[in-house]
Amino acid sequence: MSPRLRRWGLKLRQPHVILGLLLLLVLIGLVLVPFLQLIHDTLVYQEADLRLNRSAEPGAWTFFHYKRVFASALSRNVFYQPLLNSLATALATSFTAMLLGGLMAWLVVRTDMPFKKTLSLFAVTPYVLPSYTLALAWLDFFKNERIGGATGFFSFLFGVSPPDWLAYGFVPIVVTLSLHYYPFTYLLVSGALSSLDSHLEESGEVLGASRIRILRKITFPLVLPALISSFILTFSRAVGTFGTPYFLGAPVRYFTLSTTIYTSIINRTPAMAYIGALVLILISMVIIYLNQKVIGEKSFVTIAGKGLRRQLTPLGPWRWPAFTFVAALISLAVFIPLLLMLWQTLMLYPNDYSLGNLTLHYWLGKSQAAVAEGESGILRNALILGAAWNSIRLSVLVALVTGLMGILIGYAVVRGRKTRLAALIEQGSFLPYLIPSIAFGAIYLALFSRPLGPLPPLYGSFLLVVLVCVAKNLPFSARSGISSMMQVAGELEEAGMMAGAGWLRRFRRIILPLTLTGSLSGFILAFISAMRELSLIILLITPKTRTLTTMTFRYVEQGYSQFADAIILLIVILVVGGESLARRIGKSEMI
Amino acid sequence: MALIEIRGLTKKFGSVTAVQDLNLSVDAGEFLTLLGPSGCGKTTILRMVAGLEMPDSGEIRIGGTTVFSSRQGISVSAGKRGIGLVFQSYALWPHMTVRQNVAFGLEIQKVPAEEMNRQVDDALDYMRLKGLGDRYPQQMSGGQQQRVALARMLVTRPKIFLMDEPLSNLDAKLRLEMRAEIKRLHREAGATTIYVTHDQTEALTLSTRVAIMRKGVLVQASPPREIYRRPESVFVADFIGSPTINLIPGRIVGSGDGLLFQGEALSLSAPGLRAPDGAEVTAAIRPEEIRIVEEENGGAVPGEVYAVLPAGSETIVQVRRKDTIFHVRVMGETVLDAGDRVFLSFSPDSVCYFDHHQGTLIGVAGAPDGRT
Repeated sequence: MSPRLRRWGLKLRQPHVILGLLLLLVLIGLVLVPFLQLIHDTLVYQEADLRLNRSAEPGAWTFFHYKRVFASALSRNVFYQPLLNSLATALATSFTAMLLGGLMAWLVVRTDMPFKKTLSLFAVTPYVLPSYTLALAWLDFFKNERIGGATGFFSFLFGVSPPDWLAYGFVPIVVTLSLHYYPFTYLLVSGALSSLDSHLEESGEVLGASRIRILRKITFPLVLPALISSFILTFSRAVGTFGTPYFLGAPVRYFTLSTTIYTSIINRTPAMAYIGALVLILISMVIIYLNQKVIGEKSFVTIAGKGLRRQLTPLGPWRWPAFTFVAALISLAVFIPLLLMLWQTLMLYPNDYSLGNLTLHYWLGKSQAAVAEGESGILRNALILGAAWNSIRLSVLVALVTGLMGILIGYAVVRGRKTRLAALIEQGSFLPYLIPSIAFGAIYLALFSRPLGPLPPLYGSFLLVVLVCVAKNLPFSARSGISSMMQVAGELEEAGMMAGAGWLRRFRRIILPLTLTGSLSGFILAFISAMRELSLIILLITPKTRTLTTMTFRYVEQGYSQFADAIILLIVILVVGGESLARRIGKSEMI
Repeated sequence: MALIEIRGLTKKFGSVTAVQDLNLSVDAGEFLTLLGPSGCGKTTILRMVAGLEMPDSGEIRIGGTTVFSSRQGISVSAGKRGIGLVFQSYALWPHMTVRQNVAFGLEIQKVPAEEMNRQVDDALDYMRLKGLGDRYPQQMSGGQQQRVALARMLVTRPKIFLMDEPLSNLDAKLRLEMRAEIKRLHREAGATTIYVTHDQTEALTLSTRVAIMRKGVLVQASPPREIYRRPESVFVADFIGSPTINLIPGRIVGSGDGLLFQGEALSLSAPGLRAPDGAEVTAAIRPEEIRIVEEENGGAVPGEVYAVLPAGSETIVQVRRKDTIFHVRVMGETVLDAGDRVFLSFSPDSVCYFDHHQGTLIGVAGAPDGRT
């Protein structure tokens, strides 16, 4: 063996290199292979295609699916209209969310609005709730006769049913999503505003500029990068979200790309779903790229160690109106919907808002043939309790596995600093971020619905649901792992090496205890996101692996809003509990 | 045979060469200090000997066993080299008590519990940490943490101690105390020690041998006295000593035994020096080898006091003569003040002469064989 090869051999024996190579394999398996499989499936005929094209040979290469999606009589309905709807709702949502969040951030950080502390505490709560919570609350309020079941609170109040445009489709999707996503902008912009060096504004004041002029000419341009960034990120999430557009759009056949992906799978034309997923991924990538460009070119160094003593803008007579505005916004986004949903779950017969109709049946009731086809209350219902157990099991497992993966990735990246392998792992673990949830689910469906070599198909197994959640969470867990690993000086591990401890022992006795506290908030965030996940797993869930979120979905489809609402409230309790735990531990990043 | 033998050791970080073709042997019982400005590669050498850093090429042998060889593809892991290391940051595990920190190495060697407790107690007692075993490192002072780090290194009885600037995080008073502690440790434990520092006083007081590094290259490895009296290059002469040595450019005049050094600021006879007539040289004179006298006699030259820098036990006087400023060390205090006219008296002995262009030592005046 040549000395050169020998030297390579020595380098390969280092634990962070071995671990790095293993992680690279895992990343390839979790992200790259499913992605390639997805592309492959769009390019070949499948068994199911025999229904559409008799001459199709399953397994043969073809552009059949692409033609069908992009250039056929169906294209308008299955692709162009949904694409347009996706872009329209996402654009309108991001714009509204940016306005609401930006205004709120400015009011909370830079003015003398009353009760700022309390308001800022609740300002981000909407984002913690499952994204479709507001959609269900909207239905509880605005539902009309178009879909089965009782009508909503609106008809009860006014005696007329609301028009379709108000109950379903574009308007409600944009309103509910904006109220869900505005905390994004709020967090980014309030972060930018509070780190802004107030000397920049003060020097404008010294020059005699008016408050409005300073706001317009100095403050606004300085937070512009944060605003644009939040616009772009909101867009990328809104364009790929599934629950809300499905609940609010499907009744009037208002489809978006994400809901089309779902219906294509249900209609057994998976290749069309996969092409939709590819388009979504493409949109996402363009958006992330734009974001990088914006951040790269437009970020100002405005952070200064000093400048903490900030001049607040006096609102004068507008103080209380401003407070009312923000408080109303938060109520609309959080408290009113949750209360409305709670009320719904307490009504024995829908649309009867009298006190005599109040009941705990949907929570605790035994099966009664007359009510809801004999389903018992959710806390007694074996199916729902099973789903709750699945949800908790899933969230805990996902939190543990992603947390551990995060620490391992952190180890390989931080110890291998400046090597190509480390860079590859760091970038690779970011990839799932580029893929919208529903598309990610579709990718896993493509790969795991068939046997993989000697392995049986994973579709229908609990393991697959865990895998997809772990993979989708990798970008966040990797980031948290890397940053907590940075806190652990290399010498602490080297001291263990000097004592003769092998890698496993060093990891168990030194690395793990020292990174665990830093990663705890990451664990809890993974727990939360798995607990409320719908878009990602909806395509992969079977009756055996039902979770609370997919049960909600089922009950909405069947028109049992009481059950759906009760389950959502259960999820909210679990999620808010987890979130406040994370907040207590501190350092929790919501994005 | 030397206990530690380093042959042709080279390490690059990217395009920067941290250590260049290092050859160094350390005998059993030696206290060798690696001394040099920061970034000169001394810590890298220590880490390569310890097995924490992989050299690009070269060979390291410890007690006759090859522990690293790029040619043979050998790299013995750090824990199996029989070496103890004290880190600059101490690297005490913050989630373990002092006792757990010290016991860790014994645990790995699977020492029975009773025996382990006894050895940990011994090490803690030895480092005067009795009764502090249940504390966490964060609850201790810097000096105590340093003792814990030393106890942790001692407890497994390594043949070789490596110390990476262990005193640099301590205040001046503690540093003096710990310096004595380390010297005691070396004498009593008898372990071969390699010690890294950028503090030359530390190096000169502790070591049996000092190795001076510059930009990854070993410049000179000699006993402290020789490093000070007989530096092999201008770099070493200039680097060692505080205040720095006086460097005076000039040329050699004459031939045979009666050579004369002629510079702009002064002329000196150079007894015993061997150099060709007209050679361009740099004369190097330690500040304590110059005396300030009040009258011109025996070759003293006039100058003007430029600044007086008292430092308690000694005073540094800067004297200007023509365009040269001489540093002179005077014991105790002085009545001199800036602007005073004085005379400088030079002893021709123990002046080092360097080749002006190459910076290499030509010889030391006053020593028959050029040696002191």
